[in-house]
Amino acid sequence: MDAEAITLPTIRIRGRSFMAMVVAPEFPFGDWFAALDRQLAGAPGFFADRPVVVDLAGVLEAVGQDSFPVVLEGLAARGMKIAGVEGIRPAHLAGTAWADLATNLHGREVPLNPRAGAPPPAPAHVPSLLIERPVRSGQSIVFEEGDITIVGPVASGAEVIAGGSVHVYGALRGRAIAGLKTEGARIFCRKLEAEMVGVDQLYRTAENWGPDLHGRAVQVRCDRGALRLLALD
Amino acid sequence: MSNVVVVTSGKGGVGKTTSSASLGASLARAGSKVVVVDFDVGLRNLDLVMGAERRVVFDLVNVVQGDAKLPQALIRDKRLENLSLLPASQTRDKDALTEEGVGRVIDELRESFDWIICDSPAGIEKGATMAMRFADTAVVVTNPEVSSVRDSDRIIGMLDSKTCRAERGERLEKQLLLTRYDAGRAARGEMMTVEDVLEILAIPLLGIINESPDVLTASNVGCPITLHNPASAAARAYDDAARRLMGETVPLTTPRQEKQGFMARLFGRKAAA
Repeated sequence: MDAEAITLPTIRIRGRSFMAMVVAPEFPFGDWFAALDRQLAGAPGFFADRPVVVDLAGVLEAVGQDSFPVVLEGLAARGMKIAGVEGIRPAHLAGTAWADLATNLHGREVPLNPRAGAPPPAPAHVPSLLIERPVRSGQSIVFEEGDITIVGPVASGAEVIAGGSVHVYGALRGRAIAGLKTEGARIFCRKLEAEMVGVDQLYRTAENWGPDLHGRAVQVRCDRGALRLLALD
Repeated sequence: MSNVVVVTSGKGGVGKTTSSASLGASLARAGSKVVVVDFDVGLRNLDLVMGAERRVVFDLVNVVQGDAKLPQALIRDKRLENLSLLPASQTRDKDALTEEGVGRVIDELRESFDWIICDSPAGIEKGATMAMRFADTAVVVTNPEVSSVRDSDRIIGMLDSKTCRAERGERLEKQLLLTRYDAGRAARGEMMTVEDVLEILAIPLLGIINESPDVLTASNVGCPITLHNPASAAARAYDDAARRLMGETVPLTTPRQEKQGFMARLFGRKAAA
């Protein structure tokens, strides 16, 4: 025994905290799982390789402990790696296949990075808005979901605000603001006579760019934290 | 079929009332039955420009509110019997106009007139929106200067969204009437050119009225210039605009630079260089 103990390596244990996702299923389960499926369809990798903790307090209150195995199997069937449960006592799972799940996990709430979050950044489909008439003074076109394309001019005193990029096939005489929701957005226009342009929370008014860009086809982009106006022709 | 025309601009003082009276008189002289309606409740002017200020008994607000019958409020022009005026009230404000009431008055006018010219007040508030609400066609009066052009652009946006026609998804014809134009100053770069204005507003041109003292003279004597001085350049320009409004094709002669002296030419060249 003693000899064996000497030859065995020392077990080294390190502490590390991981962020776990906490999901709280709600009754009726049919609707809740349908919503979950839709969300997973929009962001398939969202739960991949992330430990999941299931908050069953609501389920316990709504329908009692008998439904726990059903709920947990439903989550597991969707590829979730269930590391534990919370909101219930260990006795509630006794006798089920899930009896050895940790029930006494400690943790603190961490705000989720919105980029890792649900549907908005769904990369597959970026919606865009097409406007085929002049944008008149006083009109405001706001489209936070994606790009705006305007075939026609944007008048002085009008504003165009996009979650993505702004494309103006005409003279840009009013304001254009791009990149409300996405990084790397740009503004393109055939003729720059704008009052103000803004990308990624940086903006510039007309008196802050040279007269040599006036009237030219220009793109506006954000480059390493600075707004750049570049002639296209 | 009757045609409801709103004469509008956004900005004040550009010549809406003068243009309403002159176009109305031109259309009436061409034989149509015309009524000019003053929507500038509280600041009425059209009665003065048409020389009917001493004959006003009832007004638009009385008719809208049902206190008077339409024929009681209509004033027939003394010079042209097929030209009538529906004056605005001077003592009330624009809130006295209701959409339902204005719609009823316009429908009633449609029964007896070919052209209903709605003289809009300046601004973008209730008076202006009521004047444009039931229009089939819009005449956008603009001066060749940046503030007037921007305000006109704002009004065009409203014509495209706030009128009954726009809400029904139908087309509302919008045409530009450029007033107080001075070709000489435009050529010298002191004023916007016709092309500059058209490029920004992007609507068809109905006519160009040159800056002229004749226009003010006509207003002061209470007679539309097309009746007061039909031979003047401004009157002929309004006549042409009225014919285009009636759908005729009238070639538009861009006003040439007036004859100018040697000194003016010299300075003109210098400014343009």
